[in-house]
Amino acid sequence: MALAPHDFRRLRLDGVSRDFGSFNALKDVTLDVARGEFIALLGPSGCGKSTALNCLAGLLTLSSGAIWLDETRVDRLKPEDRGFGMVFQNYALFPHMTVRRNVGFGLAMQGRRRAEIAKKVDAALALVRLQGQVEKLPGQLSGGQQQRVAIARAIVIEPPLVLMDEPLSNLDAKLRLEMRAEIRRIHDLVGSTTIYVTHDQDEALSLADRVVVLREGRVRQIGTPEELYARPLHADVAEFMGYRNVVASRATPTGNGASRVAIGDATLLGTPVDAREGQVVIAFRPDDLTPRADGPIAATVTAAEYRGRDFFGKAATSAGTELYFRSEQKVAPGEAIRLGVDPNRLLIYADGAL
Amino acid sequence: MSTVSIPAARERAEERRDLRQWLALRGIDGVTLLLAPAAIFTLALFVYPFLYGLVLSFRPNEGDWLGNYRTFFTDPFLHTTIYKTLWLALPATFINIIASVPVAMRVRLMKRQRLLTTILVVPITLGTVLIAEGLLNYLGPQGWFNRVLMSIGLISSPIRLVHNYWGTLISLIISGFPFTFLLTLSYVTGIDPSLEQAAATLGAKPWERFRHIFLPLLVPGFAITFALTFVQMFSVFPSAVLLGEPAGETRVISIAAYTAAYEQYNDSMAAAIAMIMGAVQLVIVSIVLGLRGAFYRGPANTAKG
Repeated sequence: MALAPHDFRRLRLDGVSRDFGSFNALKDVTLDVARGEFIALLGPSGCGKSTALNCLAGLLTLSSGAIWLDETRVDRLKPEDRGFGMVFQNYALFPHMTVRRNVGFGLAMQGRRRAEIAKKVDAALALVRLQGQVEKLPGQLSGGQQQRVAIARAIVIEPPLVLMDEPLSNLDAKLRLEMRAEIRRIHDLVGSTTIYVTHDQDEALSLADRVVVLREGRVRQIGTPEELYARPLHADVAEFMGYRNVVASRATPTGNGASRVAIGDATLLGTPVDAREGQVVIAFRPDDLTPRADGPIAATVTAAEYRGRDFFGKAATSAGTELYFRSEQKVAPGEAIRLGVDPNRLLIYADGAL
Repeated sequence: MSTVSIPAARERAEERRDLRQWLALRGIDGVTLLLAPAAIFTLALFVYPFLYGLVLSFRPNEGDWLGNYRTFFTDPFLHTTIYKTLWLALPATFINIIASVPVAMRVRLMKRQRLLTTILVVPITLGTVLIAEGLLNYLGPQGWFNRVLMSIGLISSPIRLVHNYWGTLISLIISGFPFTFLLTLSYVTGIDPSLEQAAATLGAKPWERFRHIFLPLLVPGFAITFALTFVQMFSVFPSAVLLGEPAGETRVISIAAYTAAYEQYNDSMAAAIAMIMGAVQLVIVSIVLGLRGAFYRGPANTAKG
C-alpha cells in the first residue's frame, strides 16, 4: 500500500467543551477512539457535532478539556501542526488548482520531493477511482468527482485521523449511497481512523463502527449501530433513531422484568430501559407497530402512504393519540384498525427526558 | 365587428407575439427600456464630448492637423508631464493596494467590521482640499511631524514634505486609500473561508495560505482595483497644486491641460492634451487587464456549494 497512515494507538477527548459566549455548543465530551475505528458523530442540527469536528481539526479552540493523541496533547496545536486530514461539507477544493495540485497540496506543504508527490497523488487518485481527470480544475468536475478529490486530498497526507463534515449532504440520493460505500471501502483499504459527522442516522448506522449521539452539546449515547438501533438509552435518542411513536404513559412492573403500560384504553407489555414504573415515556418504531386481529390498540386510519413493499400509515386512537404504523395489507383513511407491538420492541423510558 | 376583420386581427396579434418572443429569446423585454436614460447620458455626456474633443484636437490654432500633438511631444515642458504624472500615480496605486491587503485580511475576520470600515472610509468624505489643508499644517516645517522628530533629536532641521513630490504623493495615498481598501476588502471577503481552513488542515502556514490560496484568487481583483485606482490617481489635480510644486516636480498632465485651456485660451491644445491623457490611461489599463488573463478568473469558492 502506497499510503500508510501515521501510527498511533488511541485518540482521547477528555472533557472537551466549547462555548460561544454564554452558549455551550459542546459540553464535557469524553471519547476514546482506537486506531482504525470509524466513528460517526450523530445528532440533529445544532447538537454540536460540527463544533466537535472543528475542535478536533484545530479550527476552533477549546474552552476547556483536552485532546490527546497517545501521550501528545494536540488541542493547543494549530491546525497546520496537527496533520489531520479534513473533508469539508462544501469540499473546499482550491478552485484555481488542478486536481493534481489540489491533492498534492498537503505533500507540497510538507516539502516532499516532486517525484514522491506525483507517486502518492497517483496512488490516492487511484484509490478514489479518479484517474484521467488530473489536469482538470474542480469547476469542471461533477459533485461526486469533487467529493472524491476532497477525500483523496485528505488521505494523501497519511493523517492519523480523517475528519469528515457531512461530506455527502450535497450529493443526490443515488450518488450518496454510492459514495457512502466508497468512503467505507477507502477507510478499510487505507486503514485510516475516521471521525464522520452526520445528521442522517442511516448514514451513521451503515458506516460507523461506533456511533456517538450528541444532543445540545452533550454525549447522549455511545454504541455500536446495533446497540443504538435496538436499545437507545434515552427517549430523545430513541426518537432520533427512528422511534417515531413516543407516547406519555404510566407503567407498572409485572414482576418478570417487563412492565405494563397504557395507550388510551389499551394495555400493552413493554421493556423497561431506564424506568419501570410511574410516569414514563414509551417509544417504538412504526415498523414494529402492525395491524393484527388481537391487537390491543383500537384506532382509525388517518393517512396511508404506498411504499411498494408495504404501506406506511398514520392512525389516531379515540383519545386522539397519533401513531405511525406499517401494514402489509392495503389500508385506507377512515378504516377502523387494531394495532399491536411486540413487548421487546416497546421501550420504556423515564419521563422528563424529552 | 365584421367577420372579415377577425382573422386579420388575430394575425396581427400573432405577429406581435412572434416579435415579443423573438425579442425575449434575445433577452430583451420591457425592463430593457430602463437602460435608455443611462444610454442617453453616456451618449450626451461622454461620447459626444469625447468625439467633439477629438475633432477639436485636430484643429489647432496654427499649423497642420497634427500640430498640437507635434507641439506636445517636442516641447519638454509638455511631454514630461506624462512621466511626472505616472511617477505619482503608479507608486500611489501600488502603495495603496499593498497597504490595503493586510488591513483587509485582518478586517475580514473582525466582528465589528462595519465600524472599522466606516473609520477607514472617512477620508473619502473629507475631500482633497481638506486633506491638503491638514497635511500642510501637520507636515509643514512648523508642523507636528517635524517638531516631534526634532525634539526627539532624529533630525536637526525640518524635512520638507510639502510643496514637493512627497506632499502630493502622501495626499494621493490618503485620499485614494479608502477606495482601494473597500474594493480589496470586497475581493478578500469573496473568498470562501473554508478554502483557508482546508489549506491549514493540509499543513500550510499563514504565509503559505496567503501565497498559495489568497494571492492567486485575488490577482484578478487586484487588476480591477489597480485599473480603477490608477485612473483616479492619474487625473490628480488639486493635491498637485495645493501640496506639490505645480510649476516643477508635480506639473502633472492635468495642470498642462488646465494651463492650455484657461491661461492660454487654446481649447484645441487642451483637447489634444486630454486625448493624450486618455490614451496613456488606456494603455496602462489595457496592459494590466491583459496580464489578468494569465491568471485563474473563475469563482473564488468551491464550484458547487
